[in-house]
Amino acid sequence: MKLSAYVGGLGILGPGLANWPEAAAVLSGQRDYRPAATVLPTPTILPAAERRRTGRVVKLALGIALEATSQAGEDLAALASVFSSSGADGHNCHELCQALSLAGREISPTRFSNSVHNAAAGYWSIGTGAMAESNVLCAFDASFAAGLLEALSQVAVDQRPVLLVAYDSEYPQPLHAKRPIPDAFGVALVLTPQKRSSSLARVGAALSDLKCDRFSDPVLEALRSAFPAARSLPLLRLLATRNGGRAILDYLDVSRVEVQVEPCA
Amino acid sequence: MNPLLLKNFTATSCIGNGSAATLKSLLDHRSGLARCEFETVDIDTHIGEVAGVDDDRLPENLRRFECRNNRLAELGLRQDGFFEAVQQAAERWGRRRMGVFLGTSTAGILQTELAYRERDPISGALPSSFEYAPTHNSFSVADYIRQRCRLEGPAVAVSCACASSAKVFGSARRMIEAGLIDAALVGGVDSLCLTTLYGFHSLQLSSPLPCRPFDVARDGISIGEAAAFALIERVPENLDGDSVLLLGIGESSDAYHMSAPHPEGLGARRAMQAALATAALEPGDIDYVNLHGTGTPSNDRSESQAVTSLFGPTTPCSSTKGATGHTLGAAGALEAVISALALQNGLMPGGVHTSKIDPTLTAHYIRDNRRAPITRVLSNSFGFGGTNCSLIFGLAG
Repeated sequence: MKLSAYVGGLGILGPGLANWPEAAAVLSGQRDYRPAATVLPTPTILPAAERRRTGRVVKLALGIALEATSQAGEDLAALASVFSSSGADGHNCHELCQALSLAGREISPTRFSNSVHNAAAGYWSIGTGAMAESNVLCAFDASFAAGLLEALSQVAVDQRPVLLVAYDSEYPQPLHAKRPIPDAFGVALVLTPQKRSSSLARVGAALSDLKCDRFSDPVLEALRSAFPAARSLPLLRLLATRNGGRAILDYLDVSRVEVQVEPCA
Repeated sequence: MNPLLLKNFTATSCIGNGSAATLKSLLDHRSGLARCEFETVDIDTHIGEVAGVDDDRLPENLRRFECRNNRLAELGLRQDGFFEAVQQAAERWGRRRMGVFLGTSTAGILQTELAYRERDPISGALPSSFEYAPTHNSFSVADYIRQRCRLEGPAVAVSCACASSAKVFGSARRMIEAGLIDAALVGGVDSLCLTTLYGFHSLQLSSPLPCRPFDVARDGISIGEAAAFALIERVPENLDGDSVLLLGIGESSDAYHMSAPHPEGLGARRAMQAALATAALEPGDIDYVNLHGTGTPSNDRSESQAVTSLFGPTTPCSSTKGATGHTLGAAGALEAVISALALQNGLMPGGVHTSKIDPTLTAHYIRDNRRAPITRVLSNSFGFGGTNCSLIFGLAG
């Protein structure tokens, strides 16, 4: 496989999953999975004025990015990043569409600034002082694999570490009926070109024609299929069990992404 | 970086459908901006609306993608033989070996805005005819183009506000370099909608007049819409002298503010420096800079400082947004095509609508067209969230 990188740190937040050690215990079968509403941390890296303006999706993205980078010990100001989300801030979007449907059409300038798909990446840059490049993607349900391919290409071609942050959160009604994402879920990975003492595993990726992996446990399978970012779970299971092996991740209708995982000793 | 060939390119905006009409407007120093009469919008502003976007329906097998943004994408795709060129490339490289990378900021959000007016008065539900994925979602335009062109390689929407369709060149370049694909359809499509018209108005960033980049009395942007595409490949051995190459890409973040640029343009400067470094060029190698030049007081001040700090006060530069309006997520690709036309036709397009250049801006802003052979152009695109991208294009010969 031409595309590969070392995983140096992981962050995760989701329904009943508060951090990577908890998620790893669930995915490696050491603990039962008990779904519960996702608890989102306060983004303490932001100045108070900015913190007040952030919605759930930004708290989610910053939370997982901080967990992943704290494990990897990266210099945040110099770290390039790829953010990939299927839909950014659904509550903010609803408020704007609602206001635009009413007479007067008074919309909040802060809501408009926060409506950009790259809001989380912008707040990450402000909070960490990162002036490195940051790309922000959307591929609907394929957003995790699209982000992984972009991040691995950056590591391979530019030969520098990249933070991948994949995250999704819910729309309120009436959009929820059209796009029923149930809660917030996100995963972040620090990917490096060279092996480090903190590296967990080497991950390679390629396009595949095979069908994507599903979980035999119906509760985990429901989680995987409920959130685009949770399409990463078959890869995370390989990282959690530390056995290595192959997983097929959901991607486009015409192709999937095969990942090979080799644990670092 | 290894340069890439712009095998084909096309642009559709308020100054013309396709490259020939776009070039003619640039040569005529003509603006496409007009008083806003879009939909039910009641803001005193000027916009760059593309005529006839909603006249044609999408192909029957792709009707679920119906929305203004995808109709604009389709209109753009049909200019300059671009669709046919993509099909030829797909036959040559294989459909799996061609990626799709499209920038957009708002995709088909207009469809959702319209649907919110049709909510059920009791349940609040959106109309059953409304579909989210093929219209509202940012990926919709990339998915439409991918299915329309029957390309089967990696596909993604880049949504970094107004830098989106400059950054697509970076994503495509890395995947070509990594060997995952052999060619890429890149570009940007953004269309008029209420979110951006009322949103920029709420921030007091849109002008009531046609925008006047770098003018002493500039007071904001004029929102436009565009579809612009390029087919990019590795550089072959034999090339015509007037072939256009992508020579450099630089990206950065401001780490400063969500909706205001860094006051000294540090992020912008960093993006331009990185583009020069990837192209292995010096500032003196650039003949013309196509500015982001939105016409807001803060953008032009910040960008002028960044440009002058790198290029000094003599390199000619201008913004074409007085002609096209600010086409937001399509601006990077539109101005990439304008840069390519500038190179092939020896044209540095003077900034339209600017009457008195702000004396405090030290960059060498040109108001009149200049005709002279030019070999390298740098194009800037910056966006909300403090995201910056600079591209360098050059002639092969």
